[in-house]
Amino acid sequence: MLLAKIYVTLKPGVLDPQGEAVMGGLKAMGYEGITAVRVGKYLEVQLDLDDREKAGQQVEEMCRRLLANPVIEQYRYTLEEPAGLSTEESPRG
Amino acid sequence: MKFGVIVFPGSNCDQDVYHALGSVLGQPVDYLWHGDTDVTGYDCLVLPGGFSYGDYLRAGAIARFAPIMPAVIDFARSGGLVLGICNGFQILLEAGLLPGAMRRNDCLQFRCQWTYLKVENGATPFTNRFREGQVVRIPIAHGEGNYYADAATLRELETNRQVVFRYCNENGEVTPATNPNGSVGNIAGIINREGNVLGMMPHPERCVESILGGTDGRELFASIIDWWQGRERLGA
Repeated sequence: MLLAKIYVTLKPGVLDPQGEAVMGGLKAMGYEGITAVRVGKYLEVQLDLDDREKAGQQVEEMCRRLLANPVIEQYRYTLEEPAGLSTEESPRG
Repeated sequence: MKFGVIVFPGSNCDQDVYHALGSVLGQPVDYLWHGDTDVTGYDCLVLPGGFSYGDYLRAGAIARFAPIMPAVIDFARSGGLVLGICNGFQILLEAGLLPGAMRRNDCLQFRCQWTYLKVENGATPFTNRFREGQVVRIPIAHGEGNYYADAATLRELETNRQVVFRYCNENGEVTPATNPNGSVGNIAGIINREGNVLGMMPHPERCVESILGGTDGRELFASIIDWWQGRERLGA
């Protein structure tokens, strides 16, 4: 089993009205020194695969074809052992 | 002339389009389910507005992979008339039948209002009843209609006269103040290079009878029928 953690974000230079609104909210709360906020998407895809190379190819293709729109978005991802199976720390918070 | 209105899970303007084409314009029209895989026998396909697949991920992103879409893409590539309205436009962008992408409205509001549109190209199968520069009044209803294309694509759209509608005021002036969603160049509708696939955010089916507050949308559908009949007369 592998877990793909995928981050889809707007390309630099593409206007992000949501990010602008969030920045406005943070400033209204009194946080100073914020220069930009960009809102993106985070996806987790569980794969019944152990071959990292094959998994990587699949995730690449998924990102290109569906998960990101290459006209306005970019993506990056990591492949990990799913939580519980790995020795990594479990998420906090 | 036979129309097909494609129904995706979450389409909500399909019945309005069906009414406009069938009852108002008197044309044969069928619903086509997104799970169908055949569009044989239709002369024009309409992808209606709505929230296909809940607009999850991105508007139109999942609908673009619906079982019927390969047939729609083949139909478009072989010259068939395809009209995408609102969510239908978003699906055509995702499917790559039209260039560019949609972003969330710059105002962050869902905009449901009448808009004035300047007809930039009156020589398409969808707009031949309008004259170039004419101002028409057609309503919008969307949260993600902020059209984006990179500079090179925009230049190409302009050079090839593919921008069909721009948001303007009642005098036809195109200004930032008349732009309801932040679209580049106030673009409200574009056509493909070949001239058979039109995508537009405004809803022509919502203004086909005076009881609806306007009839400019009727002229758009009537243009399609005129164009088709003209072609039939020429024996094409």
